[in-house]
Amino acid sequence: MEEIKTIDKEKFRFVNDSERLHDKKLDTKPIGYFRDAFNRFKKNKGSIVAAIIVMIMILFAIVGPFCFNAQYQKDYAVEKDMMRYQYLLPKISFMEGTGIWDGSSRKKINLATKYRYEAMAIETGYAPIQKIYGEEYGTYDVRINSYASIDCFQKTLTEAQYRELMAWQDENQIQVIMPYVNNDLAKMNNMNVWYVCDQKGMPTFESGSKEFIPAYYTYASAVGRRDGYTSTMRLANDPYLKGDVDNGWSYAQRTGTAETGYNYVVRVNSYNYFIYRWGFEPCFAFGSNNMGYDIFSRLASGARFSMLFALAVSVINLVIGAIYGAIEGYYGGALDLAMERISDILSAIPSMVVTVLFNLHLSAKVGVVPSLLYAFILTGWIGMAARTRMQFYRFKNQEYVMAARTLGARDRRVIWKHIFPNSLGTLITGSVLVIPSVIFSETSLTYLGIINLDSPTMSSVGAMLSAGQGMMSQFPHLIFFPALFIGLLMVSFNLFGNGLRDAFNPSLRGVED
Amino acid sequence: MHLFKYILKRLGLLIVTFFIIISVCFVLVKLLPSQPAEMFGKDMALIMARREKLGYGQPIIIQYFRFLRYAFEGDFGASEVLYIGQDVWKVFVDKLPYTISVNLFSIILSIPIGLGLGVIAAVKKNTWIDHVISTGVMIFVSVPSFVYGFLVQYLLCFKLHWFSPVMDTTAGPFSWAGIVSMMPAILCLSFGSIAGFARYTRAELTEVLTSDYLLLARTKGLTRQQATIRHAMRNAMVPIFPMILGEFVSIMSGSLIIEQMFSIPGVGKLYVNAIQASPPDYNFFMLLSGFYILISLLAGIVVDISYGIIDPRIRMGEK
Repeated sequence: MEEIKTIDKEKFRFVNDSERLHDKKLDTKPIGYFRDAFNRFKKNKGSIVAAIIVMIMILFAIVGPFCFNAQYQKDYAVEKDMMRYQYLLPKISFMEGTGIWDGSSRKKINLATKYRYEAMAIETGYAPIQKIYGEEYGTYDVRINSYASIDCFQKTLTEAQYRELMAWQDENQIQVIMPYVNNDLAKMNNMNVWYVCDQKGMPTFESGSKEFIPAYYTYASAVGRRDGYTSTMRLANDPYLKGDVDNGWSYAQRTGTAETGYNYVVRVNSYNYFIYRWGFEPCFAFGSNNMGYDIFSRLASGARFSMLFALAVSVINLVIGAIYGAIEGYYGGALDLAMERISDILSAIPSMVVTVLFNLHLSAKVGVVPSLLYAFILTGWIGMAARTRMQFYRFKNQEYVMAARTLGARDRRVIWKHIFPNSLGTLITGSVLVIPSVIFSETSLTYLGIINLDSPTMSSVGAMLSAGQGMMSQFPHLIFFPALFIGLLMVSFNLFGNGLRDAFNPSLRGVED
Repeated sequence: MHLFKYILKRLGLLIVTFFIIISVCFVLVKLLPSQPAEMFGKDMALIMARREKLGYGQPIIIQYFRFLRYAFEGDFGASEVLYIGQDVWKVFVDKLPYTISVNLFSIILSIPIGLGLGVIAAVKKNTWIDHVISTGVMIFVSVPSFVYGFLVQYLLCFKLHWFSPVMDTTAGPFSWAGIVSMMPAILCLSFGSIAGFARYTRAELTEVLTSDYLLLARTKGLTRQQATIRHAMRNAMVPIFPMILGEFVSIMSGSLIIEQMFSIPGVGKLYVNAIQASPPDYNFFMLLSGFYILISLLAGIVVDISYGIIDPRIRMGEK
């Protein structure tokens, strides 16, 4: 065999020189990192449901404040009469009369109260007693409609306001001004008691009759015809309508003199006055609070604040934590040790101490919300930094990083282009899970009253809870909706976050399940 | 010997961390305006004497060293807002038993229930029992304690009238009447811990139950029950036990929210009141903040060290 020492270069030739070779095109579609994670996420039914609930809650927070009359919300700070509409029970208009979510509650009342409610039904046309379940030793077990049982109240109007109200009455055929009650006859001295009664509110009947005897001032009485009442709206059995002008009922007390201008003290029907004042019938889906504010829109705006705040904290923490953690994890060594000590010390400070100190020092200068934000950021980024650091330790000695470095990539490029994208999944999951924990802390702080965010224009879930706690035994709706909201939000956000974590890191599945 | 060194190292770090935080807190608090002496009326002389002793009116650095010196003697100054003129340390010591009592009973209640539920869920994994327990655990872990606090208060106190909604403060912290009137708070505190224990136990035990040595134990002829109790439980306890120890240390820190909610005159409520007062009661704030920082640092150390003692294979801090 002849040994070939050298072969001419020209003799070399490609095997398949005639045909061109290509990599085979993939039959299946390439699946990226996020696509893959999303596919895994879709398989987890619990997380999907949780994600939908979270979406609904976000939607509620966005549109909720607009779902209630804007003028009414604007008047929170200025309108004192709003207190009259406090503690109204949750009511949805189409549930009217069903006994569920219709603004009614079951109560035990005594006979005098029962008479008062019956009389209110006759006078105003709105029946407070929806249903009578039974009677025992003079105590009646009844279902009371809280909207129909709002007390009438006294209001002092100027001449112009009085005229305007009367004109509105005539136009809309709604009786707002009620005849003025003579408390010498209706001795209970309650705005709703318009019939002759004793001091305990027990009505006096004419013998054989069960009809209430009106105790209104009449034109014949000392008051005279000085009520200036020109409206055609009068109660149905007003003698005035039958032509008996002297016994007609008086609708206002005129005060003041001609020089200073007259004022009129009137007794108004709360329900109809509400329609006059704000142009819609009172109906609060989640009830009203101790100030007469609508809980639904307040809760939504509180939720909106919480969510935006948590989102801001989460994003800022992600940025700071990612940069800090990346530097720590990438360079390691003494730098890492020193930076770890700093974050160790910061993480040992209880969040309560940080929040309080920030609040005391900064809230006067920059406002409560920014100081709260700083407090959350001061220690909040540590978790994110620790996560990023872990990821960097995991990836920084891998071959592809070494390859990039061999090719001359600078540190910054290796960090942000090569390692960071690989740790993105963990970081996103972490940021999502930060949101419920921030909402939790914020709610706790406002509940404890350490941070006060409650004002006519702003609200927070925690403040609503602590305000309602004292009245919980009588009006559980004050607590129920905010508590339900925060509970549901926490559960669904955590489920959603865990689903995300499982989707991005299948190896972690069930570790904390 | 190695462990001893490790403990020393951790303690040293703890002290350094603690002092840094306390110093910063001290400076920040001292930068805030304090109440003028005229505010105190008849207690003015007393308050001024106490302030004088702690270096009132002198540079912050001198005040700081005085603060440290007297702190070792248990003198943290006098209360200036909440309990005017009283020694904050004494008030704190009076309140501590209530907090310890509530938390102690809640832990006593939650350890057996939590571990039990966790074991049941792990043994009956993927059956309906497990699903019920896991769902309950998930809910109680996520939902804030004040939400089920309200539920307990409304149902047990207002509807069923089993307990009074707020604690009967005339009863002592460890007396029977006291415990009964603290029951709603104890329950609320327990729910969270029960859920935490159950979740942890379930996760650990399911991991151990699928390990090879358990299979070996079964092949040797042990029944499932024997294998679970003698082999699986012991090993699963390795990470669970430190957690329980950590809980015990943090007994004293208590819960701000639950104490506030059920009016338990404990440390947590004192802390919240000191902060809420206007102006805040700074001496209480300093004392209690230091206390809370110390407790949380100690709890961390106890957990880490107990790992090393229980399972010598684990030595934290080693490379």
